[in-house]
Amino acid sequence: MEPFKKIKSIATPLDKVNVDTDQIVPKQFLKLIQRTGFGQYLFYDWRYEKGGLPRKDFVLNDPAYGHSRILLARDNFGCGSSREHAVWALDDYGFKVIISTSFADIFYNNCFKNGILPIRVSDEILEKLFSTKSEIEVDLETQSIKADNVSISFQIEPHWKKILLEGLDDIAMTLLHEEQIASYEKSHKI
Amino acid sequence: MSKTLFEKIWDSHIVVEENGRSLLYVDRHLIHEVTSPQAFDGLRLNGRKVRRTDLTFATMDHNVPTSDRSLPIIDQTSSTQIKTLERNCKEFGITLFDINSPNQGIVHVIGPELGITLPGTTIVCGDSHTSTHGAFGSLAFGIGTSDVEHVLATQCIMMEKPKTFEINIQGKRKNPHAVTAKDIILSLIKKIGTAGGTGTVIEYRGDTISELTMEQRMTICNMSIEAGARAGLIAPDEKTYQYLRGRKYTPKNYDEYVNLWRENLKTDSGAKFDKSFTFSAENIAPQVSWGTNPAMTTDVTGNVPFPDEYGKGNPEEEKGATKALQYMDLKPGMAITDIVIDRVFIGSCTNSRLEDLMEAARVVKGKKVSARVRAMVVPGSQLVKKNAEELGLDKIFKDAGFEWRESGCSMCLGMNPDILAAGERCASTSNRNFEGRQGTGGRTHLVSPVMAAAAAIHGHFVDVRELDLN
Repeated sequence: MEPFKKIKSIATPLDKVNVDTDQIVPKQFLKLIQRTGFGQYLFYDWRYEKGGLPRKDFVLNDPAYGHSRILLARDNFGCGSSREHAVWALDDYGFKVIISTSFADIFYNNCFKNGILPIRVSDEILEKLFSTKSEIEVDLETQSIKADNVSISFQIEPHWKKILLEGLDDIAMTLLHEEQIASYEKSHKI
Repeated sequence: MSKTLFEKIWDSHIVVEENGRSLLYVDRHLIHEVTSPQAFDGLRLNGRKVRRTDLTFATMDHNVPTSDRSLPIIDQTSSTQIKTLERNCKEFGITLFDINSPNQGIVHVIGPELGITLPGTTIVCGDSHTSTHGAFGSLAFGIGTSDVEHVLATQCIMMEKPKTFEINIQGKRKNPHAVTAKDIILSLIKKIGTAGGTGTVIEYRGDTISELTMEQRMTICNMSIEAGARAGLIAPDEKTYQYLRGRKYTPKNYDEYVNLWRENLKTDSGAKFDKSFTFSAENIAPQVSWGTNPAMTTDVTGNVPFPDEYGKGNPEEEKGATKALQYMDLKPGMAITDIVIDRVFIGSCTNSRLEDLMEAARVVKGKKVSARVRAMVVPGSQLVKKNAEELGLDKIFKDAGFEWRESGCSMCLGMNPDILAAGERCASTSNRNFEGRQGTGGRTHLVSPVMAAAAAIHGHFVDVRELDLN
């Protein structure tokens, strides 16, 4: 995994609560057997008309956000299906940071496994970010978001911070505990 | 120190603890065709093996056709995914219940019916409805594909300890044939919301829960994820031990285990939960969802709500309800029983087991499906199908005009050819009414098998308490 760097970009405002992973990647695109190429299917049913033309009223199709790498979302983002394809699609599309008041548990976990930083902020801060027109800077090292010359700090579990900053392979990290796993297996039946 | 059931299972599976996180041992890993191919690729890329092939079981359920299985699969991408699972299981030495196996079925239906699911164990699967297995007192949760790879390679999962959430359900339902486990769980989600359980493991307790059969308990635990919870748990009891006795993978020295489970697998009196919620099941009405998430649900005797009434002062929820009604093409204030439907789906890991089909058949017997409705029954597994056919349920459904299908996830998520056309409205026994879930532009109403069956006959929702179900 690529180590996480500072991200500075316009933020795309997705103004909807309870966005489920079925919306992030609809089921018809879950049949691929690789991890790449899902960006084109991101929010597919909201992004395109039936004939495949982009829908003008959907925020991802607004050219102002064309190079955005930060997604602003609302409460309970990523609920529903455990499909990691949702995170692969966000990543492949270019989003590296998602800021919301809350995330569904499995989705939140899946983000870190793919080098995406999900940030939880208060309602008040989220409203501020939604109203920002200029670029936002997210610095994981210092745990800060800079918007309109104001710096806001955020919390992050130290474990995930380390994994993202160093781009670590968590399977290799677990395998460092081989001795303990083997000894657990010896004493644990069923 | 007094502990909750969750804490006992959690503590007994800790391999290593570091920085507030635990490396937990996984007793059973279930895999399927959709969320595993990229995990196996990862193993190959890094030259890693599957650590415990004896604890890993695979089946294909999400995209398998439910029509004649002697015919080739037309959808090439589905076929590739199925073949990929076959190839991966062969290469890594994993037991696979393939499309022709008498044990094939929805992964959360076959786990319990094969005795792979056991009390006090940890179970993971790359599917959010893994919470189903919690009905047996096992700590079971859905994981993403990266974690599937992690578990394949290490048989462990690294997790932060979730909080505990006690949901206490008391009281006798007045008409248990009409007011089902599905109505209890939908009613709960309506009360606590789709994020009400986020960050927690729920333990369902109370006399209403003890009274439920194992299959009904599975329906409850299955939808824990729809309340946002990591897992749902029910303490095992004699019904649990009886259900698992003599199944294909139930351990040989079963009684020794049962004795240990009887002693250990319960929440100690005096144990504290982080959160509690109590409600009565006595006056629950049959439930019907009207919106695009499972909390957007109401009584069958109620009306489609006005967005401000649903939002209760929360502008975001109100906006969500307005959008949902637009998508569902419903007018606020209209009676739920006036909603006319086009399709009926009885199936999914929530409601496709034998009892579900028996309860639905009670409504259908001797009747005909409304001329405006296309209805199908998709048994959860080949074993459910076989048992149902032995009871003659297939005949009851077919005589009424239902399609009787092969087992799989089918129209719960529409990854196979069983989908809704845009604008079609479906009474579905599945678990999610998200936009496009059952087919792009399709409209889903979540209901119990009894309600779905009644809707098929009448062409609209009815208060099933008024039917003669005894």
